[in-house]
Amino acid sequence: MTMLELRKVSTYYGNIRVLHDLSFEVEAGEIITLIGANGAGKSTTLMSISGIVPPRRGTILFKNVPIHAMPPEKIVALGLCQVPEGRHIFPGLTVRENLDMGCFLRRDRKLIREDRDYIYSLFPILGKRQHQPGGNLSGGEQQMLAISRALMARPELLLLDEPSMGLAPLVTRQIFEIIGRINRENNTTILLVEQNANLALKIANRGYVLENGRIVLHDRAPALLRNEEVQKAYLGI
Amino acid sequence: MDYFIELFFSGLTRGSIYALIALGYTMVYGIIGLINFAHGEIYMIGAFTALIVSTVLSIYNMPLAAILVLTVLASAIWAGAYGFTVEKLAYKPLRKAPRLSPLISAIGMSIFLQNYVLLAQTPDFLPFPPLIPEFAFMEPVSGVIGSSELVILTMTTSLMLLLTLFIKFTRLGKAMRATAQDRTMARLVGINVNMIISATFIIGSGLAAIGGLLIASHIGQINFFIGFIAGIKAFTAAVLGGIGSVPGAVLGSFILGLTESFATGYVSSDYEDVFAFSLLVLILIFRPAGLLGKSSAEKV
Repeated sequence: MTMLELRKVSTYYGNIRVLHDLSFEVEAGEIITLIGANGAGKSTTLMSISGIVPPRRGTILFKNVPIHAMPPEKIVALGLCQVPEGRHIFPGLTVRENLDMGCFLRRDRKLIREDRDYIYSLFPILGKRQHQPGGNLSGGEQQMLAISRALMARPELLLLDEPSMGLAPLVTRQIFEIIGRINRENNTTILLVEQNANLALKIANRGYVLENGRIVLHDRAPALLRNEEVQKAYLGI
Repeated sequence: MDYFIELFFSGLTRGSIYALIALGYTMVYGIIGLINFAHGEIYMIGAFTALIVSTVLSIYNMPLAAILVLTVLASAIWAGAYGFTVEKLAYKPLRKAPRLSPLISAIGMSIFLQNYVLLAQTPDFLPFPPLIPEFAFMEPVSGVIGSSELVILTMTTSLMLLLTLFIKFTRLGKAMRATAQDRTMARLVGINVNMIISATFIIGSGLAAIGGLLIASHIGQINFFIGFIAGIKAFTAAVLGGIGSVPGAVLGSFILGLTESFATGYVSSDYEDVFAFSLLVLILIFRPAGLLGKSSAEKV
């Protein structure tokens, strides 16, 4: 089943065109990564999918439902969540309240409690700090909280924007391990945007390379890792 | 000493009315970063609504307590509807415009509402019936605190307590805080931000209307212009406490009310405003973000 499909999506900031007829698809259960340089349009792609910066032209289908004209809260309700770049923890809300906001649209209290316990088992540190303000956490803990908050919505598709940004290598590895686990254990489809192409391609099934708002290359992840152009441009080899 | 206590309670009374208005300013500012200059007019409309409702109810010979409760409910709901409509008409279309545009729109809304009440009602002062009875048990202390002051203080304190519990513990209250802290992220977790903004306007307007009717009943008269000075004072109190902060607005209001009351009592009522605004200037020199405000108001 196709989880997400973009067809000729064009997004603008004012008069500046950022995405040029972008088309790609994500199959259910996959981990897909979008790699590209700064300003290539990776974050804009995710913001277009989430409805924060709706595309001016083109079609976005999520589980075959057109979502390109929907407000963000409707898209979340369908089961599509995003962890944006820079984590965006609610700094004045406690860890627990941040998680509560993640399941803002859910009403099933009992299952919510189970999910919270699951989160605390994935990230025990969050359980220990559940009554502290989110703004007091370290960068790595905030990233864990941001991912957990999105998981509280029980998404079928999770968009992750630069989860490794600003984190120590050890913490990054831990975060990526969890991303893999979420994909395997909950069968959550993941669309991952990463500067660290090496790491992203190792965990992903397939990858798309984005340049100036256009897809220039698409292949299975191991093939992209071996691709000479990709190695030169993104892997620093 | 009695005189001091009397001034103290009258200051607290003033402060609690300011607080009821200031909460609306600070909550709206916290969510959408706008100074809603029409907020004082909502307070005035609340007082007028109360005058009409209580007059009609008194024809039916109801007990005073029932009149008070019904009047409070009616004017809070009616003013809430005004607040909701003002936001939809004057601010929502300008959500993406430069910051100055909604501010000008707010001033326009304020002038419009004043003149609308001036034409629809009257330019003169209208007598306002006392909605709060004189309690017999207050007789011994009536030299320092009156029955209506007592009711105003109890009522505002319980409203503030309710508001605090609402913001802290309910789903909607948490969503309000989340929206104030990070609007884009609030949308990404599925919060309908438009609904949150409307709710904020409705709650703020309802509180202001209750303030309006309480003070009108205390003083005994109203006209179309009362919202202007009360609005400016409450705005001052909100800035004093740190605009965007709910406890700040309450603290700032009480400080302002007490300052005014003591200045009036010990110096002269002519200098009431001088003291109030000097205090504002002083506090802003030493704490530019207000007493409880956060210094980094500008988000990146």
